[in-house]
Amino acid sequence: MASEIKQGTLELVNHLPILQVITPMLIAPILVVLNNKTLSWLLSFVGALACLFISILLIQAVSDGSILTYYLGGWVPPIGIEYRIDAVSAILLFLISIISAIVLIFSYSSLHAEIPEEKHTLFYSCFLLCLTGLLGVVATADIFNVFVFLEISSLSTYVLVAQGAFLDRRALSASFNYLIMGTIGATFFVIGIGYIYMATGSLNMMDIAERVNQFGDNRTIQAGFAFIVVGMGLKLAMVPLHVWLPNAYTFAPTVVTCFLAATATKVALYVLIRFVFSVFNYEDIFVNELFFLLLMPLAVIAMIAASVIAIFKQNLKKLLAYSSLAQIGYMLLGLSLMSQKGLASSLVHMVNHGFTKAALFMSLGAFMLNTKNVYIKSLSGLGKSMPFTSAAFVIGGLSLIGVPGTAGFISKWLLLEAALETGYWLVAILIIASSLFAVIYVWKIIEVLYFSESSESYNEVSVLTLMPIWILALFCIFLGINTSLTVDVAIMATEILFK
Amino acid sequence: MPIEFLIFLTVFTPALVGGLNLIFNKKPNVRDTVTLLGALITFYFSLNIFLSFDGQATQYKLATIMPGIDISFHIEPLGIIFSLLASGLWILTHIYAIGYMRGAKEKNHSRFFFFFSVSIASVMGISFSGNLFTLFLFYEILTLITFPLVSHKGSTEALRGARVYLSILLGTSIGLQLLGIIWIYFSVGTLDFVKGGILNGSFGSLELILLVGLFAFGIGKAALFPFHRWLPAAMVAPTPVSALLHAVAVVKAGVFTVLKVGVYIFGVESLSVSGATDWLTWLACFSILFASLIAMTKDNLKARLAYSTISQLAYVVLAFSLANSLGVLGGALQIVTHAFGKITLFMCAGSIYVATKKTNISNMQGLGRVMPITFLSFLIGAISIIGLPPMSGSWAKWFLILSSLEADKQFVVLVLLISSLLNIAYLLPLVAKGFYLNPIDQTETKSFKEPSALVWLPPAITASISFLLFFYVGYIRDFMINFGLVSLGN
Repeated sequence: MASEIKQGTLELVNHLPILQVITPMLIAPILVVLNNKTLSWLLSFVGALACLFISILLIQAVSDGSILTYYLGGWVPPIGIEYRIDAVSAILLFLISIISAIVLIFSYSSLHAEIPEEKHTLFYSCFLLCLTGLLGVVATADIFNVFVFLEISSLSTYVLVAQGAFLDRRALSASFNYLIMGTIGATFFVIGIGYIYMATGSLNMMDIAERVNQFGDNRTIQAGFAFIVVGMGLKLAMVPLHVWLPNAYTFAPTVVTCFLAATATKVALYVLIRFVFSVFNYEDIFVNELFFLLLMPLAVIAMIAASVIAIFKQNLKKLLAYSSLAQIGYMLLGLSLMSQKGLASSLVHMVNHGFTKAALFMSLGAFMLNTKNVYIKSLSGLGKSMPFTSAAFVIGGLSLIGVPGTAGFISKWLLLEAALETGYWLVAILIIASSLFAVIYVWKIIEVLYFSESSESYNEVSVLTLMPIWILALFCIFLGINTSLTVDVAIMATEILFK
Repeated sequence: MPIEFLIFLTVFTPALVGGLNLIFNKKPNVRDTVTLLGALITFYFSLNIFLSFDGQATQYKLATIMPGIDISFHIEPLGIIFSLLASGLWILTHIYAIGYMRGAKEKNHSRFFFFFSVSIASVMGISFSGNLFTLFLFYEILTLITFPLVSHKGSTEALRGARVYLSILLGTSIGLQLLGIIWIYFSVGTLDFVKGGILNGSFGSLELILLVGLFAFGIGKAALFPFHRWLPAAMVAPTPVSALLHAVAVVKAGVFTVLKVGVYIFGVESLSVSGATDWLTWLACFSILFASLIAMTKDNLKARLAYSTISQLAYVVLAFSLANSLGVLGGALQIVTHAFGKITLFMCAGSIYVATKKTNISNMQGLGRVMPITFLSFLIGAISIIGLPPMSGSWAKWFLILSSLEADKQFVVLVLLISSLLNIAYLLPLVAKGFYLNPIDQTETKSFKEPSALVWLPPAITASISFLLFFYVGYIRDFMINFGLVSLGN
């Protein structure tokens, strides 16, 4: 069936690209059939672990700079659909799989506090579909297939966000908002694909890349690119297309927020990177101008404005959501510098911020299991009664600020270096200003945790809840000390993209 | 023992002691004994490093974070002096802290001693850092670890002070220092400390001035005007914290970093040729006089000492800005002698507080008669700070004056002299009032007596060392010359 560059045999490694995507997709309907909440948790977790295992195998396979391809159904591209894994996609696949596995451990104890038990099965199968979509977007090399997987993940995300309604009805309007905005984004994206297909007659990324070069200054392709940028801008919550994000993150169940904050926006950014570097010509004047004149200012505005807004938020989930907007600004900024260092910083920050934000949202979730809400006042004195959760929160917070020794520092260092390298002094200073704002909003929470008297005393959450939180927190430190997984792979990835 | 192992042990022992503090939470006596032992062992290790130092500037790499950015350590005279100073004074401060924390009935002892020990670990890390990145790492850890110490009391006032403390220290280090570090890394490609500097003319004259500014202000712990506000704010901390951390460890980590960056990143020679620090000389002079003048207006003893510290720290920044060997020598001596002088003053302030609960100078009339040892120690410490013989502080001033003459900046001499006069004006009245004026409330004063020996003995010891160092300062000078840190013409 399968054929690929390394000559099709039935060796496992040749089938990894498709297995990565299809594993959660096949499990999802089984859950619905079995309709047992413990079993569905177990199966989803096993599925996520399998994905993680596959993604690690994939990283090993591509870490020497090689590229794995897989032709779906044996149809050779450009007719058939091609899956294509290189260092860039492998790093994202790893991030998505590991976060989903960790989040699922957490959901075992936290979900029953947020969602009625009869809904659990459906929740998990939606979760797996969302996972499938995200993995598929990253794995595929067919632009229409990107759209399909993007919609699979988005549609299941709307459902997942709406599950917050059992705690707070506002989740419904947040989800609806997200649905409208997300659909507009998807529409823009598919129109963009339409334009490209119109001009080139192909949907395969590599194929288009070859043909685009022959066109030169072609209006149709430029329009297509602009549509794709706007569409992805909506999905990745680029300011000013971000309005869906704060509410969706705030009112979704904690599990969903953790997962989305760590993966969904990053995948949209990945699509943008793919299109800029693998589909279009990154040296093209139009592409460059679009990034320098439009995306860079927007990224800087996001970085500063969202951080300032975060300072004044009392609902901590919302505070972190705004901080996410600012961090997305960092990633977009790294990309829009259009240099190898900049792109590397962007990729590294995707991973680092994924772990950092997941750790923060998850420890907030653990607080919420006790306090039932996440307003800053209700956390007072928890540092004493929930020492382990609080300590993990502090680690995550330090990583968000970018204190040396944590993951956040590495990405900030790379980004600053990239900004200096391209001569954007003002941008470098603004990056630093933004991290100073981060100090303010993180410290606001830490102070409440440790230095105000609590009116009620709570028990520390169970070990099973603490474990995923601490795995994430330790990752925040580990990635700040050992960067072979992030920086080395990212540099390899940029070399592939900037060929 | 291989030297890299010793470095590791000096950094690791205090951290381990911190952990033990938490374990022995319920047994205060065991806990405090363990910490004392830990302090002694740490001092022993740094003494061993000093003895086995042969002048080789080898880098000991611990881990590589990114290509070109390592966590690495090296040994050089400034670091040895600083580590000996901090670990030695830790022993005395710990004894004092036991007496103080129990005497003043502070709460949460284990938490306090945990953070205290860990902050010493990061100070040790700072003293042996082999490159700017490692230094920055430990510098930031020190800031974060000392925050719970400053806010220890948990009152609104303590929290407000701690917030100022954290925001200025983190703000300057992330906002300015980090930018300077990345700029250097970006231009030179290395961050290692190398004698004579690593810049090698890759910065133009204007850029060099900017870079000096990024470090002079970015090292917020040096408390240079206008980033000095955190020091008085941090005085809400219990006195042992002020004594060790805000007279020795934290502030000295700041000026130590300034000197180290001056010698090993900029290079003294190239700084003096370029003249990039001329403006800093003026600012340091202003900081010296300005802080002294404010100190005179403060009635709260600890606040007065805090402003005095700001003024004295500016001496080291001044030494850096003079950019010659004599200046480096004067700066290093200032670090040592001021540490002994100021820790004495702070501990005396603490013992007055423990014995009488008084914090304002105007209420301390006549106390000298009932607490003679404390007040005599205070007097000795004060004379050392002022810089009068026969106290060791006079040597620091001596070399600074020589250095400013060599740099051909005569006005600095004048500033130093005025500053000494101002020091007299704000430090000695307390002693005079204590001994010569009649107490406001006779009966109440009669009931006061010296607090326990744990509290009055440490300042007496540091005061005596202040005095003894006057005669042995030549050793420090020779040590620095022999290992090539400074080269004097003669």
